[in-house]
Amino acid sequence: MLGPNGAGKTTTVEIMEGITPATRGTVHYRGEPMGPRFRSEVGIQFQSTALQDFLTVRETLHLFRNFYPCGMPLEELAKLCALEDYLDRDARKLSGGQRQRLLLALALVNDPKVLFLDEPTTGLDPQARHNFWDLARAIKARGKTVILTTHYMEEAYLLCDRIIIMDRGRIIAEGKPASLMAHHFQDAILQLPHEDFRPARDALTEKVMNVGEYVEIFTADINATIELLLSHQVSLAHLQIRARTLEDLFLELTGRELRA
Amino acid sequence: MIRRFLAVLHARNLEFIRDRSALGWNIILPVLIVLGMWFLFSGGQKPLFTVAVFSGNTPFTGLHEAFLQTRYIHFYSIDNLPAAIRKVGHDQIDMVLDLHRRAKLRYWVNESSPKGYILEKLLNGEKGTRYTRASVSGRAIRYVDWLVPGVLGMNMMFSCLFGVGYVIVRYRKNGFLKRLNATPLKAIEFIAAQVASRLILIMLITVAVYIGTDLLVGFYMSGSYLALLLTAVLGAASMISLGLLIAARVASEELAGGLLNLLSWPMMLLSGVWFSLAGTYPWLRHAAQILPLTQLLEAARAVMLDGAGVVQILPHLLALAAMSFGFLALGALSFKWKND
Repeated sequence: MLGPNGAGKTTTVEIMEGITPATRGTVHYRGEPMGPRFRSEVGIQFQSTALQDFLTVRETLHLFRNFYPCGMPLEELAKLCALEDYLDRDARKLSGGQRQRLLLALALVNDPKVLFLDEPTTGLDPQARHNFWDLARAIKARGKTVILTTHYMEEAYLLCDRIIIMDRGRIIAEGKPASLMAHHFQDAILQLPHEDFRPARDALTEKVMNVGEYVEIFTADINATIELLLSHQVSLAHLQIRARTLEDLFLELTGRELRA
Repeated sequence: MIRRFLAVLHARNLEFIRDRSALGWNIILPVLIVLGMWFLFSGGQKPLFTVAVFSGNTPFTGLHEAFLQTRYIHFYSIDNLPAAIRKVGHDQIDMVLDLHRRAKLRYWVNESSPKGYILEKLLNGEKGTRYTRASVSGRAIRYVDWLVPGVLGMNMMFSCLFGVGYVIVRYRKNGFLKRLNATPLKAIEFIAAQVASRLILIMLITVAVYIGTDLLVGFYMSGSYLALLLTAVLGAASMISLGLLIAARVASEELAGGLLNLLSWPMMLLSGVWFSLAGTYPWLRHAAQILPLTQLLEAARAVMLDGAGVVQILPHLLALAAMSFGFLALGALSFKWKND
């Protein structure tokens, strides 16, 4: 579930989790309105969660494990979430990445059928984020349904089989990443430095945008555009060609203006 | 259900024991207060002699007894002669005069009391009236003996109210309660574990402080330890439940602190921690009965100073049990897991 800040991702997910009551409608789980078994069969990782002070990682896992009638053995859980080396460490002394892995382990402690992850990599450094993605893939490989909210396009593109883009509380696009891209974009982007592009500035009919030190030319026919540029003595020494990304789609659908 | 309750109980106990600063403060503070009071009051003298006068239906002020005119003696009228004699035994008052039957005027003093000795000399120095001596003996009750239950009770009150109240508000504010709400844990399981954890720890600390203070100060205890333990357990349970009720919905530590202070200060002043309310307005004494600390202290002093057993303090125990149940039920019903 992708969306800009304030789009309503967390509210929607918390309604689905049964944490926030819905003002209208009902949430169904496995064909029925949410019942007592829902809590036992789902795992939830909130955007921000404090843990009980003065407990080690092992004690925190034990605490949560005891809330459920059955679940994953702690050794297996620690291995899956790469926590084996930190089991006896005070949970307050974990790094950002280690802490997110512990929160993930708590969400998995009951071996859930459905896992909710609400912006799990926000605030992590790139290395920790990549490690977390590996974990998410490992969990997916176990056949679990993962509902992920994020505003990192790359994360959504790499991890998700199905994407929902929402804004202002409404779904504005949904589908598989590739089909979403194919549906919205038939063009690619050529990037050139302003200086190099200048001779052809008035000759192009394609959409052109200034992005920092570069111009971006949106074209459905790369060959024809390059020929046109060459005919105007444009140097292609610094030309870059890139495919449209999910971020382009996101910005196209939600706009570029700053929101409060 | 029991498994989830025990898991929360164990985790909370670990948190409390490992929080050294809070634990240390809970033990040191009451010992310091008791020691301070002991130094302040052990050598203190009351400015007046106090004499209780039993004169039946006739006000003693109308009697022409020369002794009653003696200056610097505080005479006051009583209805219950045996209770006053008991107080002489405990040195809470210096003499009891029975002027009810003119043919048989009697007085009681404590054999071991210096004040009783002086009053006796004064009384017998008066010409005309002959009094029959009826002495009582008993260990003198110092202010510190009277103060110890008050200070222990006050320390329990702060620990019960703030220990549980603040913790739950902090858990709610930082989102830990919200995380627990995403598990099958129920409000009553969580609350009961918090009460049980705090109760166990407070009782352990109170017993340790009681023994430690007794070794240092050597205070008076004439009743049954079982009755005292029962009083302490029910008193602590009622005040923990009250703290929980305050914390059941509040999301800010500032508001919780204000509300807890609003509860603790009246108890500090009106429950008889530092001084007896016997001489104050009757309506105030009645109003103070709704405070759990009042019930706790009246029962504890009845056991420790007057030797009361479980039967004698049963009304206090029932009141504390009813308060515990009521506060806990209201707390569980109104409990909120997360901020709005």
